[in-house]
Amino acid sequence: MPPFEHFYLEHRSEVLRLLRRRVGPERAEDAFQETFLRALQAYRRLEHGHHLRAWVLTIAGNVAIDTLRRTRPQSELAETGADDDRPAFEELAPLTDGLPPKERAAVVLRYGYDLSYDQIAAVLGSSEEAARQAASTGVRRLRRRSQ
Amino acid sequence: MTVSPDLDQRFREAAVSMGLVDMGFDVVDSPVGPLFVAASELGLAAISFDPEPESQLERLARIAGPCVLRSPRSVDGARRELDQYFEGKRRGFDLSLDLRALPPFTISVLQELARVPYGETTTYGALASRVGRPRAARAVGTVMNRNRIPIVLPCHRVVGSSGNLVGYAGGLDRKVTLLELEGAL
Repeated sequence: MPPFEHFYLEHRSEVLRLLRRRVGPERAEDAFQETFLRALQAYRRLEHGHHLRAWVLTIAGNVAIDTLRRTRPQSELAETGADDDRPAFEELAPLTDGLPPKERAAVVLRYGYDLSYDQIAAVLGSSEEAARQAASTGVRRLRRRSQ
Repeated sequence: MTVSPDLDQRFREAAVSMGLVDMGFDVVDSPVGPLFVAASELGLAAISFDPEPESQLERLARIAGPCVLRSPRSVDGARRELDQYFEGKRRGFDLSLDLRALPPFTISVLQELARVPYGETTTYGALASRVGRPRAARAVGTVMNRNRIPIVLPCHRVVGSSGNLVGYAGGLDRKVTLLELEGAL
């Protein structure tokens, strides 16, 4: 496996180009960040460094789909997805749409990425307690919405 | 499509915040030239006088895992203490160190090396005696030559038995500069 830095420098321009084409310039930057964070999270579990370009472009493609999905109406969402085998956190994305940004981030990071509250606090730039609060308020709000 | 510095920085910051980086590195300016500095969650892992990361990253990946990423924040602590050291405001380092993958003899020599006080020198033979291997001066020399964390682990304070400076992996000029900075020359 090449060090992640080499992999990132080699592919970042192409990934950004693909994302701008697929989701538009306004949403491309967030999608770019999400693509490489997903890649980094999975990187040390890869068994070899073959086909890394195809691999990262696939991740970017999935992120683009998720990004577009988030802006579609709920009814359409119910009909698509659900039957694919992508990781749970991607499924959370459309579900948590409509939550205030901090709560949404806390819920996705906690229940999707399985991060601890101190890690979430670091991402959100808040205290651990505030991260815990945001996740639990978010979940309560989602429950109310599904009733 | 160029990735803007701002976007690049945001990704690197987020990667570190989320604890996804095995080893972070950056280049730090110093009076002895730009330094390549790398740190993991365990602590400072490498300082190199060769600021080009290319030659270093594979080695770091073998030590810590493949998630090696340039990220200024990972080396903030080291940067601060190095700055203070070069300004003459710091005589010892409080950084924790990542000495993974080093053999036991090397670690015991480096631990003794870390005790050599600021502004003083010792010899290869004296260091060998202190680790209980009085005849291993040459092996101690090899450990100094391969020291992964120069400056912080002060191999510049080790000189020949006749007081001559002998050598330095970063070049003798740098050894002289560091010893002068500490008032040892």
